[in-house]
Amino acid sequence: MTTQSLPARPSGLGRSVSDALVITWRNLKRVPRIPELAIFAILQSIMFVLLFAFVFGGAIPLPGFESDPGAYREFLLPGIFAQTVAFAAATTAIGITDDINKGLIDRFRSLPMARSAVLVGRILADVVYNAGILVVPMVSGLVVGWGVSTDVLSFLAGFGLLLLFAMAMSAIGVWLGMMVPTVEVANQVAFTTIFPITFISNVFVPPQTLPDFLRPVAEWNPVST
Amino acid sequence: MPEVAERLVAAHSGTSRAFARGGQPAIVAEGLTKIYRSRKSEVRALDGVDLTVDEGTVLGLLGPNGAGKTTTVRILATLLKPDAGRATVAGYDIATQADELRGVIGLSGQYAAVDENLTARENLWMFGRLYQLRSAEATSRASELLEEFELGDAADRVVKTFSGGMRRRLDLAGALIGRPRLLFLDEPTTGLDPRGRMGMWDVIRGLVRDGTTLLLTTQYLEEADELADTIAVVDHGKIIARGTADELKSQVGGERIEVVVRERDDIARAVELLTATGGDEPSVDEHTRRITIAATGGADRLIGVLRDLDEANIAIDDIGLRRPTLDDVFLSITGHATEEAAAENGDSAS
Repeated sequence: MTTQSLPARPSGLGRSVSDALVITWRNLKRVPRIPELAIFAILQSIMFVLLFAFVFGGAIPLPGFESDPGAYREFLLPGIFAQTVAFAAATTAIGITDDINKGLIDRFRSLPMARSAVLVGRILADVVYNAGILVVPMVSGLVVGWGVSTDVLSFLAGFGLLLLFAMAMSAIGVWLGMMVPTVEVANQVAFTTIFPITFISNVFVPPQTLPDFLRPVAEWNPVST
Repeated sequence: MPEVAERLVAAHSGTSRAFARGGQPAIVAEGLTKIYRSRKSEVRALDGVDLTVDEGTVLGLLGPNGAGKTTTVRILATLLKPDAGRATVAGYDIATQADELRGVIGLSGQYAAVDENLTARENLWMFGRLYQLRSAEATSRASELLEEFELGDAADRVVKTFSGGMRRRLDLAGALIGRPRLLFLDEPTTGLDPRGRMGMWDVIRGLVRDGTTLLLTTQYLEEADELADTIAVVDHGKIIARGTADELKSQVGGERIEVVVRERDDIARAVELLTATGGDEPSVDEHTRRITIAATGGADRLIGVLRDLDEANIAIDDIGLRRPTLDDVFLSITGHATEEAAAENGDSAS
């Protein structure tokens, strides 16, 4: 009965992929338009590297490496990478809440597009964004004395794992963004959940030093590297 | 590209191909009901709305804020599921054929839903792609619409820098990019300045001339009068009146004379004078000393009233002829003013 359907309307997987890519394009296009967002994400990761490498680093002895101050930096950096990725989820949550409140999601929902594309596109864009942002703590890590101690292949595998983690965190960010009513709340909720998650881990301190009840939390924390 | 030409015909004539679907009206809704529940209360946003919109015509949903206009549009555009009732749009069932339905409608909402951080052109291209146009087609269609809506000069500027009127035009262009057969416009001019409103009316009139079927919501009787073939008046989730603009206006009684007398004590005498020459019971606002009465006879009647008042030595602050508003429609249909108007008067009194 649908004799009047528009010509060449792809459906199924082809449409899902092409719509998701359009939304990915849209989300990435926004990054340079709000440079503050990326700049502060970058500054933040540099700040954490410097803060922990030089301010707290001396005060946190690594069991077994007490005599080697460089060991802490070596220990810290992978955690900072994970933290950078985790914090990006807050940006995701805020972005999604904003889209909902501005009516953009309604517009998308009224279009004959794949329902999955808004979320998949957002997550894909986040992974690309994170890959770009991660370069910064890596470079600042090199400056303070971190280095790739294994071969290139394991480094790439590690990087890939980080991006998978970015994907998971982005999905959490999307979920948070959909649950909360306003951008301000998204901001609050994202930070009050993500902050402890990154700190109750082995990022900044060896889990052996944590109280008994926190140690298993840290050991099982996905942020722990 | 023959299929493009075909689509042009379908979108812009709004007749032949659409009527090929068995002459069904573009929108049929029966008993649409939507209830918003919270822990404490239950609001019947829609309470059994029936609607029919014929292909190629314009229906204006007229009502105050919170009457259920937006809820109706959201249900028909598949953004919201009704709690009861059924509807077909362009022959597609809103519940079971949502995806097909979205392919033939355009929605432009109350809040301009465009991406602020993209340029006008990028926004349109994106919407075009999501309407499943090919990239090249989306590009050319975007350029076309930008010119048509006088956004050509601003096409490559980020939307953040746009004025309200420009945003609204872009939003509408976004709804048109897939050449929809049916267009939903939810309060297209709310919040625009008079010039922006006039511009928007011109654009909408152009669409109507080209045969687009349109469902338009508005708070302004004047706007519904300008743009709609038929008007349905909505209040508390129900349609309380429907008809052409003329039918509604004759029910309301044409223009109004408004007099503001200087002294409160003169109100009674003025009312007596105004009703002596015939006409309905006037409405009187004691606080603002404003008397409003239906004025058959227009300007002549106004001159007569002025003379009468002068002879009776009743000093006035203001007098004028005005066209009926939504409030007058409400007053004559329901016997009460819109709740907003009541609230406003309450505010001015306190």
